[in-house]
Amino acid sequence: MFGPIFSKPLSSKNNKTGSWRMGKRPKFLQTNCIACRMCILICPEGCIEGEDKNTYHCDYDYCKGCGNCVEICPRQDIVMIEDK
Amino acid sequence: MKRFLEGSQAVANSVALCKPGVIAAYPITPQTHIPEELSKLVAEGLLNSEFVNVESEHSAASVVLGSTACGVRSYTATSSQGLLLMGEVLFNIAGLRLPVVLTCANRAVSAPINIWNDQQDSISLRDSGWAQFYVENIQEAVDFHIIAYRLAEDRNIMLPVMVCMDGYILTHGVEVVDMPEQKDVDRFLPAYKPLYKLDIENPLTLGFLADTDYYMETRFAIQKTHQEILDLLPKITHDFRNVFGRDYGEGLIETYRTTDAERVIVAMGSVCGTIKEVVDQLRRKGKKVGLLKVITYRPFPIDKIYEALKNVPKVAVLDRALSLGADAPLYTEIRAIFFGKKRSPKLIRSFIAGLGGRDITLDSIKEIFKKLSLKTTEEEFIDLKPELLKDKV
Amino acid sequence: MREDILFASGHTACAGCGQAIAARLVIESAGPNTIIANNTGCLEVFSTKYPESSWGVPWIHSLFENAAAVASGIESALQYLGKKNIQVIAQAGDGGTADIGLQALSGMWERGHNILSICYDNEAYMNTGIQRSSLTPLDSETTTTPVGEKSFGNPTLKKPVAEIALAHGIPYVATASVGFPQDLQKKIKKALSIRGPKYIQIHVPCPLGWRHEPNLTYRIARLAVETGLYPLIEYENGVLSSARKISVVAVEEYLKLQARFKHLLNNEEEIKKIQEIANNNIKRYSLS
Repeated sequence: MFGPIFSKPLSSKNNKTGSWRMGKRPKFLQTNCIACRMCILICPEGCIEGEDKNTYHCDYDYCKGCGNCVEICPRQDIVMIEDK
Repeated sequence: MKRFLEGSQAVANSVALCKPGVIAAYPITPQTHIPEELSKLVAEGLLNSEFVNVESEHSAASVVLGSTACGVRSYTATSSQGLLLMGEVLFNIAGLRLPVVLTCANRAVSAPINIWNDQQDSISLRDSGWAQFYVENIQEAVDFHIIAYRLAEDRNIMLPVMVCMDGYILTHGVEVVDMPEQKDVDRFLPAYKPLYKLDIENPLTLGFLADTDYYMETRFAIQKTHQEILDLLPKITHDFRNVFGRDYGEGLIETYRTTDAERVIVAMGSVCGTIKEVVDQLRRKGKKVGLLKVITYRPFPIDKIYEALKNVPKVAVLDRALSLGADAPLYTEIRAIFFGKKRSPKLIRSFIAGLGGRDITLDSIKEIFKKLSLKTTEEEFIDLKPELLKDKV
Repeated sequence: MREDILFASGHTACAGCGQAIAARLVIESAGPNTIIANNTGCLEVFSTKYPESSWGVPWIHSLFENAAAVASGIESALQYLGKKNIQVIAQAGDGGTADIGLQALSGMWERGHNILSICYDNEAYMNTGIQRSSLTPLDSETTTTPVGEKSFGNPTLKKPVAEIALAHGIPYVATASVGFPQDLQKKIKKALSIRGPKYIQIHVPCPLGWRHEPNLTYRIARLAVETGLYPLIEYENGVLSSARKISVVAVEEYLKLQARFKHLLNNEEEIKKIQEIANNNIKRYSLS
């Protein structure tokens, strides 16, 4: 007989951590973006994606609203706004 | 093929016949001759295996945990303090459901430090989830390692197995052993096909955090699987007999002249050989005595022991280990079998002997049989030296 | 969705967790051809709460102190199977690396296994509630080095684990930081291109334990490097091959953002001691 033995890969996607946000979320202005990808690199949730300039956005299902993407963006193209 | 071999050498060659891909070990007396022999077989190219000389028993157990999780049959051996140092890893291996096989060369636990035999080390790990075999002689030691892998790797079981052999008495003793042929071992023990493993094609997560919603079922499953071992092991020993010709019954217990016995000693390990000798001597004098050898201590074969002892008037349980502050471990469990049962021995007495390698002689065993005729029911240490004991320092 | 995801969203790390940033960068740099052995700690807990897992590579956790030995077993099994192309990573926090796991790690380095060991250094036992480890810096307040009449917090310097690794004669040793993500990625890739044991120690701010706002993780990690307190260095075959140049910032700028150091802010003498540590690093590695 076996109880739980292993977990399937990448299954944490089932856990929507966006509900953790404490009133603020990042807004990707998509105006001055130079596609440097730094926001992708710094996101603890790995929930930011984008390819070309001004295409970057994050998945609010997972974003915990930490704001490090705002800190790292060299063009101030991400801002924290009220989370409604 | 019959060979005259030291126990450790015989076990190492038996393990080699099982073709483990990874072996990790750290030296501790009296286990040392086993990994030494295995490393020699690897060095000479007779065994294709990665031999990892680790920096502690904790890492020895952890290495075989990792290699088994990678889907490779693995082996380690230890004794005493080494087994205790492995302790948390051993629980972990069972919890991860990894079929590691380990030899415990049974030795007393410090302090005081003592390198000689008793069974305190492996008995202390009885709750770890490992199956435990206690072997009587070198032939059994050889055979039960092969049985151990077959049992551990069964896809319904997937639990580790510890083969416990008395330190020095069996590890350093020399006997004529019928060493199995490779082709027979290959027939009896197929290559390890893991149910789950660390595999980049199927990247599973092993060793997760299980909270209150999930943990209990992992333990329940191991408990149930131990019950399944009781059903499976007789089939494995049956197959073993067909392939190798040696009969271990159901692999759980052995009864020796118990059918009409009035007094029976219950014991585990090499002392059973001594007890058989005494039983034969006393039987020649018309005394109705016998032996019940517990081979499989985990899972504990309750029903088999009940059947074997229910009509025996007097039972002595001989422990080579203690549960300090309580009754001796094997004794406690034997007694528990008969609680609330209609048929039961009238007397079950606890005897402790052979701690720290003190010889259990023919006379020691005779004394136990003799004392079983007395009225008293108290726990008794055999061959104790009262002159060494004092109330104050 | 991105196809290169090997560390999925939905894990339960605190907002702004530096270790989560680093762990994702490590595995994304290593790629899917990797097996990870993980010590007990925050990372293990927040990424593998059953029935979910964030990992997209084969991953195993056994105990607090044995990932290096488990990884040794994995690497030995891969050797046996002839799968020498699969990469093995053993990772742990600072406690699991510098304290309880150091023996197994030393054994792994000494035996020469082809394994990359990662230390996520958040400078205390965060998973158990911010107790002091041997990688806790001088004067840091933790729950077991509280500040009081007779205490400025942790009384000791960080254990020089990178130097201990170096002393084993292993071919690659480096420090990295989530404040410099590209540098971190580059070092992971370089390490994995080298056969034998490798060690990378990554500075990962912990908003909970360091008591800073979650959005400051990146800035604080950068400041640790820019003050000289956490030099980014690389040793290849025992020789210092790179040290990131900095335009030096005073240590106060780093300390004042973290409440674990708030008791120091009007204490010139203690700040001087910490500045001295930075100055020594700057001199030793010619950082400026």
